[in-house]
Amino acid sequence: MDITTFTSNKRFQIWGISLLVVLAALATLPQWVGSYYVVLLTFILMYILITVSWTIFSGPTGYMSLASAAFFGVGVYTSAILFPMTGAVLPLPLIIVIAGIISFILGLLVGALTLRLKGIYFAIFTFGLVLLIQRFLLWFEMNITATRGRFVATLDNNYIYYVMLVIFVATLLTAYFIRRSRFGLALQSIGENEEAAAHIGINVTLVKVIIFAISAVFMGAAGAIMASKLIYIDPYIAFNPLLSFMPVLMAIFGGLGQFYGPIIGAAVFAYLQEFLKTEFPFAYMFTFGLVLVMVMVFMPSGLVGMIQRLLASLKEGPQEKSTPSWTLIFSFLFGILGGLVSWFIFRERRGARVHLKVGGVVTIIVIAFYLILLLLAYLGELRSGYFGI
Amino acid sequence: MPRGVPREINVRILEGEGVTKYFGGLAAVSNVDFHVDEGEIVGLIGPNGAGKTTLFNLISASLVPKPGVIKFKGENITGKKPYQICRMGVARTFQMVKIFTNMPVLENVRLGSFFGTLPGMSSADIAREAAELLEFVGLSAMSATPAKDLTLANQKRLEVARALATRPELLLLDELMAGLNATEMAQAMELVKRIRDKGITIVMIEHVMKAIMSVCERIIVLHHGEKIAEGTPREIANSKKVVEVYLGEQADAGS
Repeated sequence: MDITTFTSNKRFQIWGISLLVVLAALATLPQWVGSYYVVLLTFILMYILITVSWTIFSGPTGYMSLASAAFFGVGVYTSAILFPMTGAVLPLPLIIVIAGIISFILGLLVGALTLRLKGIYFAIFTFGLVLLIQRFLLWFEMNITATRGRFVATLDNNYIYYVMLVIFVATLLTAYFIRRSRFGLALQSIGENEEAAAHIGINVTLVKVIIFAISAVFMGAAGAIMASKLIYIDPYIAFNPLLSFMPVLMAIFGGLGQFYGPIIGAAVFAYLQEFLKTEFPFAYMFTFGLVLVMVMVFMPSGLVGMIQRLLASLKEGPQEKSTPSWTLIFSFLFGILGGLVSWFIFRERRGARVHLKVGGVVTIIVIAFYLILLLLAYLGELRSGYFGI
Repeated sequence: MPRGVPREINVRILEGEGVTKYFGGLAAVSNVDFHVDEGEIVGLIGPNGAGKTTLFNLISASLVPKPGVIKFKGENITGKKPYQICRMGVARTFQMVKIFTNMPVLENVRLGSFFGTLPGMSSADIAREAAELLEFVGLSAMSATPAKDLTLANQKRLEVARALATRPELLLLDELMAGLNATEMAQAMELVKRIRDKGITIVMIEHVMKAIMSVCERIIVLHHGEKIAEGTPREIANSKKVVEVYLGEQADAGS
């Protein structure tokens, strides 16, 4: 039995066909839906592709890169310089390719410099890179070019959507083939034990740097096209630190175990974000955080992991440890109750000062809920399996 | 017990000249000269902290000797990278087993063939070779098991199989017997001999005297980073200096 290559031909066919159907649907979508949904979908595609390209490198190796915003920002600025409001210097496809190349080179440099750092140090350094570039650009724009922001030429929403779709497909294909190739295997072994990987003949540094740089290409390309959507950009917008954390959260939210985990995670997450932003503009961050915490506690292996466990238990009957304890049911209900309460209150009195009080109450409820969880965990009701991966 | 396969010429597969490694002010390995002949099983012994694993790390390029020169098949390999050393034909195992725990057993071995050898092997060849190696170390039945679910003895076998998958000419075994019970140890000793019979030269670090005495043809003794003795098992067992610094009470316990 060959484990990494095709598990079975039939399954591969089903996947292939359903993917083609999804792709066809995505390609013809702008003709059916309104412009709001096209824009929304552009954002969702962007988040998915950034998450997937983050996962190419950080998923198997466990090196948590927070440089995503830097690569994205580099793409945005490439566009801002070469595709300004005053008229394009170069044709757009070329600009996107150039943005990808610049991100690739930045990835090579950063990778060569930092990939000897491990764990949290790597995360901090890569995040530092985002802030460094942001601050430098800010200084440069203020002092040298005497501006702060730049205007980028606008494009038709549908056009942006299609370009994003092309980059999206390219990202997915690259991610898929890297995962399937011996590089994917090498990355995984590096994540498991770097020293052992080096001693069985893997050029650890080269593999890490190259794949890191490849993963940067798509973020840069996405940034280049998004610049036209953003229209006005400045260093704060282009190098938004939040974009460094989003792919991490989205990938974990979806589950890193499977190829489609980060895709589903990013899609649901991006939609959820949009939904919460429009429905609860004031409680958006709070609710968002709450959802995230719930996911971490109840779905340690992400959405996909949970679905798989559900399917498995449906197929094989209840498994050992799969029956949720009373604690979990209780605290889950508690969480839902808290969520519902906050929904009603926030819906009714949007914009009033009463939010501060309500926010306080809800916070207390949530804290109480976690205290109960902790207490019960202490009493041994919760097994470690629910928290660990 | 046959003492080694007949050899016409003694070709030095591995040589070290004045190999030294300081950690801060402490000489972990100090001015050690050594050589290993093709087809030999050489034992490397010494009390804890003698510098045995450091010497292995120097040979396999985890560390770089300073000063000192290490030659593999006459070529100076000092300063090369671990993956280069591996592809040249030096494989190793680790004192604390370092397998890829979340991968299936077969995958661990396949990785060795994929990267440890020169490119050009088809995946069918690699799969066949991996299956053969699992058979060789006795893990065929567990090829789909995640490596973390193996017993320690089997994990050590897996590590050996993964090292062999890189097609080494020289295999460095770091405490293969540690933590094994009597039966497993006997199997491991058997395995070491079978690897030698394949024509692979072996250097092994070992604390279990019984194993070292019965398997090795030559033994090098380190103490405080220095080589204090070298010779056949009998010579070592009878060397006053060695008994003084190292064997001590273990001499009766082991033999």
